Amino acid sequence: MSEAAPSWRDRLLSDAPRSRREAKLGQLYRGWLQFRRNRLALLGLVIVVALVLVAAFAPWIATHHPYEQNLAQRLLPPGSQGHWLGTDEFGRDIFSRIVYGARITLYIVVLVALIAAPIGLLVGTAAGYLGGWVDAVLMRITDVFLAFPSLILALAFVAALGPGIENAVIAIALTSWPPYARIARAETLTIRNSDYIAAARLQGAGTGRILARHVMPLCLSSLTVRVTLDMAGIILTAAGLGFLGLGAQPPLAEWGAMVSSGRRYILDQWWVATIPGLAIFVVSLAFNLLGDGLRDVMDPRGKK
Amino acid sequence: MGGPAISVRDLFVTFGKGADAVRAVRGVSFDVAEGESFGLVGESGSGKSTVLRALAGLNRDWTGAASIAGLDVATRDARLPRIAQMVFQDPYASLHPRHTVDRVLSEPLEIHGIAEVDRRVTQALEDVGLGPAFRFRYPNQLSGGQRQRVAIARALMLQPRVLLLDEPTSALDVSVQAEILNLLKRLRATQRLTMILVSHNLAVVAHMCDRLAVMSRGIVVEEMDVATLRREEPKVPYTRQLLLASKGYDRAVAARMTNED
Repeated sequence: MSEAAPSWRDRLLSDAPRSRREAKLGQLYRGWLQFRRNRLALLGLVIVVALVLVAAFAPWIATHHPYEQNLAQRLLPPGSQGHWLGTDEFGRDIFSRIVYGARITLYIVVLVALIAAPIGLLVGTAAGYLGGWVDAVLMRITDVFLAFPSLILALAFVAALGPGIENAVIAIALTSWPPYARIARAETLTIRNSDYIAAARLQGAGTGRILARHVMPLCLSSLTVRVTLDMAGIILTAAGLGFLGLGAQPPLAEWGAMVSSGRRYILDQWWVATIPGLAIFVVSLAFNLLGDGLRDVMDPRGKK
Repeated sequence: MGGPAISVRDLFVTFGKGADAVRAVRGVSFDVAEGESFGLVGESGSGKSTVLRALAGLNRDWTGAASIAGLDVATRDARLPRIAQMVFQDPYASLHPRHTVDRVLSEPLEIHGIAEVDRRVTQALEDVGLGPAFRFRYPNQLSGGQRQRVAIARALMLQPRVLLLDEPTSALDVSVQAEILNLLKRLRATQRLTMILVSHNLAVVAHMCDRLAVMSRGIVVEEMDVATLRREEPKVPYTRQLLLASKGYDRAVAARMTNED
């Protein structure tokens, strides 16, 4: 193993890659080497990967069924009768519910990122590159969305669309794209008058091609960093909606909703509300650390 | 073909509006014959690069008439990219930081649906004196001179007849400048290019061009052939001053400089 290692390493770090794929991989590998030096970011990555694995293998990890009620065993403290993290007010195993809740958290985070980031990227780059009235119209729409606190706007959307996890996702996505549009536009403004864009125009590249292949790739790194950092906020907003009863509906094991229902017992049975709260805290922190690490690697302004 | 390869008539370029308007180019006219190498010389702010950018179609706020190979530049004819291409001054700013050399060179072919991408890219790299080892590098893995070679290769991918050069060597080390100039000279001969070279450096223009126009404050003050420049017989005082200044700093020269303001 150790004898084979130098050869692929040298190839990845070589100054003369032999194919497009090798050039790309080399670039990634260099990024990884830099990322690896940041211990905290690595910790964030480990937690996020763990979250994904837990979500993927939830049925095998959970010790109980997350919705199975057992009123004889309600509100048991952590560690008793095979319930590692105790049970809630219906005697459901909290550990299993946390494990299944990882799926919901991940579902919300990924869906919001997949909806909001492309909208922001498209609006921002189009506004920045085309300028003129397109810019004015798109950015005023963005301003309108930015003018509302996002949780309030999400509340209004959910109230209009009806509670539920899908609607929570739509509401959060609709409120979280404006900052991405802002970032993408700012980035585009610095790029659009550069010589390499002028060169692409001279070669006859159309607006769509320049936006998709020249402008967007350069906006992508700062956007990725921002989305990762925002994931903590998305989790908290989703938890907030769940807490208010507007997100995931019972009996779904959503962490925010779990905190909300445990609130009544917080003085006598602290674990019911605290443990899902801790889960939210750890995962949010992990995304923040990961985002910070990614910024060090990907943001060209941070370098040197 | 008959007519000139490039023709510029009464070109005016104004930046800004109203009181802040800067009239960067004020009525420039010149012709460049097929296969000729034409120099545009002047100090910073004389409008020489502005003329070139207008001619390339990068600046649209101009009046007058400009045509390349009989095609009106103002119409943004779709054939123009395959007729005229441009090399920029700063090779550190003219290559996309996230695109490999391979992608930079194959993109123009892709846009125009030209086949045999592999062969053409390797050939282009060879033409500008870069081996196949450079093909999959990113710009940050290249030196300034190598980047400028890539930029030249990119400009030649569509096999244009006209090459517009905006101070192609002024951002480079002196030792590399000569290499790039010789490369351009060789390419001009092998690919029968018509060139316009913008430079503030009279030595570069004398080396590269057949004929030149001296610009000052947005107008062409003198047009001459390179032989006249070599004999140091310019007619206009401004050109004589430029010629003196190009010989480097000298107290005697500095004393003889007249201030036109």
